[in-house]
Amino acid sequence: MSTTTVDVTSRRVPRMGGFSLTLLRIELFRMLRNRRTIVFTLILPAALLLTVGNQAGWDDRVGSGNVAAYLIISMALYGAALTAAATGSMVAVERALGWSRQLRLTPLHPVAYIMTKAIVALCMGGLAIAAVNVVGLLQGKGEMPVGVRVGAAFVTLVCMLTFAALGVFIGYLVPSENAMQILGPGLALLSFLGGVFWPLDQFAEVVRQVAYWTPMYGVAEVARAPLTHDLPWFAVVNAIAWFGIFVAGAAWRMSKDTARV
Amino acid sequence: MSIPAVRLSGVTKDFGPVHAVRGIDLELAQGEVVAFLGPNGAGKTTTIDMVLGLSQPTGGSVDVLGMAPRQAIAHGLVSAVMQTGGLLKDLTVRETVEYTASLFADTMPVDEALANAGITAISDRKVGKCSGGEQQRLRFAMALLPDPALLLLDEPTTGMDVEGRRAFWSAIRKDAEKGRTVLFATHYLEEADQYADRIVLISHGRIVADGTGAEIRALAEGRTVRATWRDADSAALAALPGVDQVDVRGDQVLVHAKDSDEVARFLLTQTPARDLEITSKNLEEAFLSLTGADA
Repeated sequence: MSTTTVDVTSRRVPRMGGFSLTLLRIELFRMLRNRRTIVFTLILPAALLLTVGNQAGWDDRVGSGNVAAYLIISMALYGAALTAAATGSMVAVERALGWSRQLRLTPLHPVAYIMTKAIVALCMGGLAIAAVNVVGLLQGKGEMPVGVRVGAAFVTLVCMLTFAALGVFIGYLVPSENAMQILGPGLALLSFLGGVFWPLDQFAEVVRQVAYWTPMYGVAEVARAPLTHDLPWFAVVNAIAWFGIFVAGAAWRMSKDTARV
Repeated sequence: MSIPAVRLSGVTKDFGPVHAVRGIDLELAQGEVVAFLGPNGAGKTTTIDMVLGLSQPTGGSVDVLGMAPRQAIAHGLVSAVMQTGGLLKDLTVRETVEYTASLFADTMPVDEALANAGITAISDRKVGKCSGGEQQRLRFAMALLPDPALLLLDEPTTGMDVEGRRAFWSAIRKDAEKGRTVLFATHYLEEADQYADRIVLISHGRIVADGTGAEIRALAEGRTVRATWRDADSAALAALPGVDQVDVRGDQVLVHAKDSDEVARFLLTQTPARDLEITSKNLEEAFLSLTGADA
């Protein structure tokens, strides 16, 4: 034992709860070099656009654009939703790995952590939306005013938050790195049912009645509203309700989690 | 008078009907190396979690360097090294240290932390590809980044060989000389005895002994002499040199003494006592009897 003591007063607290650009940079690079994330979020939606964008009647009018433009917005939403879900599920994975506990032993404030994750999700979602739009432009079929394109992209980013919450929820239910193996096919199915890949009026009556209740339907209608100028009230209710359900589910699982933080 | 590194007063912690910690008063001076010794489920981890601010005590108060635990952590004054987990497999070793460093207001340079922990050569390796020992070094590099005044370690040398253990403790002692307080949880009595200035023995959520290694060992020193002696003269026995304790149970007498030979000689030559039996308690048994664990 010694007589030396530590000068407690000389120690500073980090600004902004520990939020920093270094942190953001490492978190972003982590996502970008994850091959599975890139394939599912950037390549798959763009490839789907190239496939379905060739169907007959791509140049039929829809609102202030054409069917191809409608598909660009839909695929961008699909990509953004996948990205958001992937980011959301990582929160739960990090908790299972004990990383969240490790972070609690640093000055990082939980709000700064959630903010970082949200910014990463928004960046990756933006990237997914941009990738689909770039491929759409190169394809040269989608036609819509720039204002509609930007407006739809912005609304898509907001809608994406629903799936970030879903990602956290599923991540807690399946606490492993394999949450994406459920979320990937699951979101594809929901997108199909929600009229993201095909318009609902091509579905059989029974399927359509079910589709109105599924989580992708509402956000898809909302995201395409800048183009279609058509937004049924039950689509808005659907979007808000599913957002509420997934947030509540995520919060419920987080509070139930009795594992040591 | 300097601020104590840790002060627990009347700390209790309940998990529903379970009383994990039943009233702990403990003060650690700065620069002390203290072993927190006890069997699994004694309340070590629960207590450490409260010192780290990871959980709130049900009763009593916890101060770390004169602050609330979370505040001390925000100031970069406290670090902890856990045995498992707490690492992201998809980051490289350097990224992990960089990431951690970015969360504190002041830290040592990342390169220095890597060099000190001896992991410069593997700094570009993914954490998931590192061996258990390398991951443990990484955890230490992360913990020492902010130059913490208090370091908490959970079973720090599990899996280390003898040489690694010695090197580890010599580094810990060197830092303690500069004022760093170290509290380590262990269930190895030998390790606590060898490396700690002070041993705090905890059992069933209470402190059952607190002292230097020598003091704890003294609890286990000496032998017990047992003999059959009707109407034993316990006063005469207690007056013998080195006798700590005399118990008379019917026609059995039990004498605990540092010098059992003296007791035996007395019993055999100056009393009618017979059927002598001399038994010793080793450190492990002393530990077990103090902590009330089943042998």
